[in-house]
Formats: sequence, C-alpha cells, structure tokens
Amino acid sequence: MAVYAPAPGAATHEPHPRGDNYLTHSRGIMSWLFSLDHKRIGIMYMMGILASFFVGGVFAVLLRTELLTPGPTFSSSREAAWNFYNHTFTLHGAVMVFLFIIPAIPAILGNFVLPIMLGAKDVAFPRLNLLSLWCWFGGAIFFSYVLLGGILVAAGLDPKYVPGGFGLDTGWTFYTPYSTARATDGTIAALLGVFVLGFSSILTGVNFIATIHMLRPRGMTWFRMPLFLWALYGTAVIQLLATPVLAITGLLLLAERLLGIGIFDPALGGDPILYQHFFWFYSHPAVYIMILPAMGVISEVISAHSRKHIFGYNFIAYSSIAIALLSFLVWGHHMFASGQSPLANAVFSLFTFSVAIPSAIKVFNWVSTMYKGDIRFTTPMICAMSFLVLFTFGGLTGLFLGALSNNIHVRGTYFIVAHFHYVMVGSVLFAFLAGMYHWWPKMFGRMTNIFWGNVGAITLLIGFNLTFFIQFIAGSLGMPRRYATYPEHFTIYHQISTIGSYVMAAGLILLFLNLLHSLLRGKAAPANPWGANTLDWHCASPPPHDNFPVEPVAGDPYDMKAWKWDEPTQQWVLDEDRAKTVAGTEPTIHHH
Amino acid sequence: MSELVDKQRAAVAEMGDTFSPKRDHHVHPPHLAHHFDTPEQQFSSGKLGMWAFLATELLMFGGLFCAYGVYRHNHPEVFMYAHHYLSTFWGAVNTVILISSSFTMAWGVRCAQLGETRKLVILLALTLLGGFGFMIIKGIEYAEKYQHDVWIGAGNMYHKNYHGDHLPQEPPANQPDPTMDLSGQRAEGEPFASPAAEARGAVGGAGMAFEAGRPVPHDPNLPSPAAEGPQRLRRFGPEWIDPHAGTGDEARIRPTQVIPAGLAPDVVHQHEMELAYAQLPEFERDRISTFFSIYFVMTGLHGIHVLVGMGLIAWVLFRAWGGEFGPAYFAPVDLVGLYWHLVDLIWIFLFPLLYLIH
Repeated sequence: MAVYAPAPGAATHEPHPRGDNYLTHSRGIMSWLFSLDHKRIGIMYMMGILASFFVGGVFAVLLRTELLTPGPTFSSSREAAWNFYNHTFTLHGAVMVFLFIIPAIPAILGNFVLPIMLGAKDVAFPRLNLLSLWCWFGGAIFFSYVLLGGILVAAGLDPKYVPGGFGLDTGWTFYTPYSTARATDGTIAALLGVFVLGFSSILTGVNFIATIHMLRPRGMTWFRMPLFLWALYGTAVIQLLATPVLAITGLLLLAERLLGIGIFDPALGGDPILYQHFFWFYSHPAVYIMILPAMGVISEVISAHSRKHIFGYNFIAYSSIAIALLSFLVWGHHMFASGQSPLANAVFSLFTFSVAIPSAIKVFNWVSTMYKGDIRFTTPMICAMSFLVLFTFGGLTGLFLGALSNNIHVRGTYFIVAHFHYVMVGSVLFAFLAGMYHWWPKMFGRMTNIFWGNVGAITLLIGFNLTFFIQFIAGSLGMPRRYATYPEHFTIYHQISTIGSYVMAAGLILLFLNLLHSLLRGKAAPANPWGANTLDWHCASPPPHDNFPVEPVAGDPYDMKAWKWDEPTQQWVLDEDRAKTVAGTEPTIHHH
Repeated sequence: MSELVDKQRAAVAEMGDTFSPKRDHHVHPPHLAHHFDTPEQQFSSGKLGMWAFLATELLMFGGLFCAYGVYRHNHPEVFMYAHHYLSTFWGAVNTVILISSSFTMAWGVRCAQLGETRKLVILLALTLLGGFGFMIIKGIEYAEKYQHDVWIGAGNMYHKNYHGDHLPQEPPANQPDPTMDLSGQRAEGEPFASPAAEARGAVGGAGMAFEAGRPVPHDPNLPSPAAEGPQRLRRFGPEWIDPHAGTGDEARIRPTQVIPAGLAPDVVHQHEMELAYAQLPEFERDRISTFFSIYFVMTGLHGIHVLVGMGLIAWVLFRAWGGEFGPAYFAPVDLVGLYWHLVDLIWIFLFPLLYLIH
C-alpha cells in the first residue's frame, strides 16, 4: 500500500523532502490571488466567508438588541425603528444565506478536502475553481456596496452620492410586489450580487461532479468513497440544477425593475405568486445545499472521533442522493398560505414528509455509529453531538410545518424563524465548526486547544438554545416574524432570546480565537491526529503543493483499526500487520 | 510495511525535485494538465464538465419557458394575436442561419480531430459569420419593433395616443416612489401601484391598479383623439381603429396604404381565427405587453448567449489559426461546439413557440 505515512518510531512531523508545504510553496499576494491550488483557494474562501459570517453576525446582534424592548430601542420613532429593522434583518439574512451558509462547507472544506480525500492532485478544473472564487468575491463586493451605501445614508450621506441604490429592506426573499415597486433601490445591486454568487455556486458544482466522477484513485469505486464525497456530490447536483433558476429569477426581477416588463406585476398582466414559485424552486433545494455537506462532515467526524466504522454506509450514501432529488419536489411548502390550490398544498405536504425520511435515516445511522464506539470528547465531536440533537429538533419542527393545518397557524411567526435557525445554525453551523476543527490540523499543521474549544462549543450550544428555543413558544403564541415592535406580553420571550444571542456571540468568539491561537502557539500536528483512514489523513499536515508524491491506493475509508496508537511518539501510525491488503483485492469491510 | 515506505521514499528521491514543473516534462504531452493522468481522462473530464454546465443553461432557460407556458395557458388569445407582430420570415432566416452554423461547427470539430487546420479555420470563420448574421437580423427585428412602438414593458406604447410617426415621449421606467421619503415614512393604506404602471399613464388612486387588473389607458396630458379630428386614429396593431365609432366592424379601417413598411405580409391576413385588437376583451389588451416582455427577455437572453458563443468561437479560431489543434488535442473546439449547439437548440425551441403560433 503506497501511502505517505510515518513509520513507527519516526519523528512526529515528517519533513517533506523539500521541507515545504502548500503554504510556503510560493510567496506574495499574487501567488495567492492567482493560485490554481485548491488548498489555497479553499483558504481564501475561508477568509472571505468568515468575514461575511462576522458581518451577518453583527447584524444579528443588532436586530436582537432592537427587539429588547417592545417599542423602538435605537430609533426615535416607530417608523424609523421599522425602517432600520427591515434593513437589518434583510441584510442579516441575505449576507448569511448567500455569502456564508451556502458556500461555507462546499467552498472551504470541500475545496480543501475533496482532492486529498481522492488522493488526487487537484480538482478537475483548477482554473474554473479560481473563477468560482473570483465570482464569490464579486458578489461579496456588490453586497458590500449595498451595505455600505445603506450605512452611509443612514449616517447622513446625501443619497445622490450612492448611485445605483443603497440599503435593502425586502427581506432576503425579495418578494414581489414590494421588491419591484417600493423597495429601496439597493435591490438592483443586491440582485446582481446574487446572480454573480450563483455562478460561483454553479461552477463549483460542475467542478465537483467532474472531479468525483473522473479523479477517483484505483480501488475507490463509488461505494468505497468516503461519505463526505457522496454528500458533496449530492450538493453539486443540486447546485447545478437549482441555482440557474435563481439566476433567471434574479434576472426577471431586475428586468421588472429596470425595464418595466410585467411578469410579476398584476397591473401589467403579471402574477406576483409566480415570483414565489420561481424563488422557492431554487431556495428550497438551496437549503439542502446547506445541509447535505454538513451531514457529510458529520459522517466523517462521528466515525473518526468514535474510532468506529460508520454504520449503514449504503443507507447514508443513498439517502444523500434521495435528499438531493426529493428536495426539488417540495418548494410549495413555503407557499401554503399563498392561495395555491388545496391539491397543490396536499401534494407539497406529502413530499415534505417524505423528504424527512432520508434525513432521519442518517440520524439513526450516526447514533448507531457512536454506539459502543471509543468516543473522544474533542471539539469536533462536541459539535457533532450537538448537531445530532439540534438537527433532530429542526427536522422534527420542519415536519410540524409540513402539516397543513399547523402551518396555517404558525406561518410567518417566530416558529418558522426558530425552525430554520435550528437547521441552519444549530445544524449547519455546528457541522461547519466540527469540520473546521476536524480538518484544522490538516490545513495548518497545528492542533487546537481542546479545552477552550470545548468551552466555546458548549457556550455556543447553551446560547443557541437560549436564543431559539424560546422562539418556538413565542411563535406558537402568535409573535410574528420581521416585526420590530411588538405587543408588551412578548417582551420576556424576546429578552431571553436576546441574552441568548449575546451568549452565542461569546461562544463563537471563543471558538474563533481558539483557532487563531492555534496558528500562533498550537502544537505541531501529525499527518493523522485523529487516526482516521480516509486518504486525506495519508498525506502530511499541512499537505505539500501537489498533495501526494505518489498516487495512493484506496482501501476502506472507515477502517479505523488500520491505525494504532504509538505511545512513544504520541501519534497514530499505520498498523503494519494489517496493512497487507494488496491493491485490487476486496477491502476489509468491518462487520461488528 | 517499512520496506514499502522506504521503497516509496527511494522512488520519490529518484524522481528528484518533486516540485519542479520540469519534473516530468519529457514524459507527458504538452497539453496534459498535471492533475490528470492521461489525455483521455482530461478530455472525458472536460466533456463531463461541459455537459454539466449545459444542464445549468437548460434550467435557466427552462424558467423562462415555464413563464411562457403559464402566460400562454392563461391568456391564449393574447398570444395568438400578439405574435402577428413577429416577422416569421426573419425568424425562419435566423433559424436556417443558426442550423447551418451548427453544421459548420460540427464539421469543424471533425476537422480538428483529423488535424485539417485550414478547413477548421474556414469552418470556424463561417460559424462566426453565422453568429454575426443572426445578431444583425435580430437587430433588424428589434429596430422594427421599436419603430412600431412594440417594446418592452413601460416602453410599450400600445394604448398611448401618439401623433404621426415620431415616437411619443417615453416615460421614465423607474422613478423613485414619491410617496416614500428616506426615513421610510409612506402614506399608509395606499394600494400597490408600480412605477411602470404610473409611467404608462395609469391614474394613481385608490384601488386603481387592482380593480380590473388594468390601468386606465388614458393619459390626461395628451389630447384625446376626437379632439383632433377623425384623422387622429388610434393604432392598435395591424388595424387602424376609430375608437369613437364603437367596437363593431365599422370601427375597423383597413386601408392597405397605411400598412407601415417592413411588417410581414401576414400581419393583415384575415384568418378566421385571428382576432382584431378591438375584439379582445379590454383587460386582455394590456396583457399584450406581457407577451412582448416574455418575447424580449427570452430572445434577448438568447442573444446574449449567442454573443458569448461568438466570443468563444473567436477565441478558438485564433488558437486554431496558430495550429494548436490536432488529433492529440482538440478539446476546446469540441467543447465550444457543444455550447454552440445548445445555443442553436434553444433557438429551435424559441422559434416555433414565439413565431409560429396559430
């Protein structure tokens, strides 16, 4: 088995023949901005995406602070408070959805890990990858323009200095007729940003599909791929098929505003509900673009940190594809109260229930993986276990929302807000953090501080539940969403929620400071700190420029027993006796 | 195990400087990227990637076809009427041009595979010429529409009065909402009225835009036709109609000499299925603009894709002229060809759906 792994007793950090890695391979900002190296592209995505997360988070704290009091908190009048709040929640949503949560796991972890998990040198189309990165930055620039314009005008700048519009108060959903008729003109710049970001997503999807089809190594058939790759494949299929519909929706909305075509305007013969159909035809699959890679990360993290072969590999693989396909059939559940026919409502409700099934199958498989495993309470594992609980809450409440009679009662309330934050933040964010902590040693060659990482993760968990659990109750009692001012009797719910958001912020700050600290003072990481068997752990940490000197041969990706702990050197090493598997024979699948 | 690792290290050492780009310069073909093992793998990956991208283009146009389907289903008579404004002749010419250019493109790919560079260059140039021809004819068609006030959205002057042949003053399509100031205050209880509808002369007022789904097609600023005498007829399309003579047959005036030049002959053909504008229900007349909005967005987006395709063909042409393509490497020609075929395919659907409705 040709793997790059240290022999037992060798030094902790085997220096590469040249002594350098992808970080030190070349110097200068141009070597980064024009790099074709998937690892560098992943790191650059990380910088931009984390910055967007910070901006979206600031907006979140702002809007929660506005909600501390039933009346206006920051502003002088109710109208001013409404206006401020509309802009704040819109930008929070748009920045978080389009700039953070949709790209985060595929663009950062996917770009970095996918090729090394395949034992490949790069993705199939490195230049396209770079173009995707530039598209992401282009879209970010449009949003920044809208944001900055809004802030400056609010601070007193004359609007004529902000050509093309400023601020955004339509909600991240851009519903017509407000977005075509009455919204502040920042809609145009924001829509252009969304269009460009869509390209980033589409081209990444094209790249990943081609890479997974064509660049698998010897021995890695489809059903010997790590599950993270199945997840990325399903995500790429959705990115490919759904994002173009967002592109055309954005174009039609732009044409409506700029050219006055009448496609969504009833006065001109159009139909505003058609917009909702177009928008949600993308945006529902989009939420599966968010959750599928997160599930892939969880598969890897739970099996590695339980030191146990994943349970039900085939089921998890098939479920990923089933989720990808079924996700296209349920968009109408965002429109139960829009006046569509009862038959449509019933069909969408039925499909919504069915799309929950593959997700539930995965949860059972993960829990079974942990059973009788050798669980280590590392930060990735704490995050993954939090995922299991929070995703269950989010998924189950999604089922409640899929039931028509209940949906009518809670639509447009905080119940919805709580549901999607449980799946987007409680699940995707926690999985993203799990993935970041899991692959951080590979990316930067440094171990993180487990104690502070765990403190941060638990703080985040407590803060998250404080913030959002109470919102289920507030929503059931009728508190509407997107309202800056509210009746007095909801005050206590909002105040608890706001305190929770501050705790969340503290937890997140701890987690990110911990990562930064590891870069400065972390212990040097071995090639395989967790003892996992996927090919990414068979190359050095951090990997050299072209990942593997010799193409590795793949075995069973979840064969944890192939590695044994070497006490003297305090690291995992390949077990010589077991590694007699010759390439081309059956892999050693574990049956417990 | 350790012997295996040692052997591997020896192999690495033997390969020498593993990071130098010159490492295996002598063993792999010049066009093979370093992350691929064989040219076949690279070519197959490229094809897969291009097909995946074409799927996204189909989905994008699919949304527009969906909008077309919805509106045609809901307003079939409008579609049957409004398509008379389209010149079937020019549409057919464009179809022939695009199909021929697809033929020359496919032949060009074959020449690239065989290494026949001269023929490849000629065929690519012909394909490019086809693209130019298509865009020129598209320009002619659009100009014609503009001349006859059949334009996008707020520019659609169907039911504005106008004086003679010069175009009336076009209202701005997107004015800032006068009822909302910067602090977000706006008049409460006001119904929805889009700037476009206001621009088209709709009278703003309670429930105006909602009531029958149409704005009042009356611009108080322009003089009424009756005031200027019977020769001031309102033109509602291929027929001249005197609005003050009722909606019956006597209102229709069809002197052949007032047919503007450039319109296709079938415009005034009186097929028994064809409806005169005056025969349309009132609320449908305004929806004609919907047909043209869809027409312009679909053909416009398609035109943009033709331009992109032309750019790609020009780039491949430039490289072909430099002799870059042959049996060992012709992927760019093949992949650009795939894109061009998709552009052609979309037009093949657009043409009958827009031009050939009966």
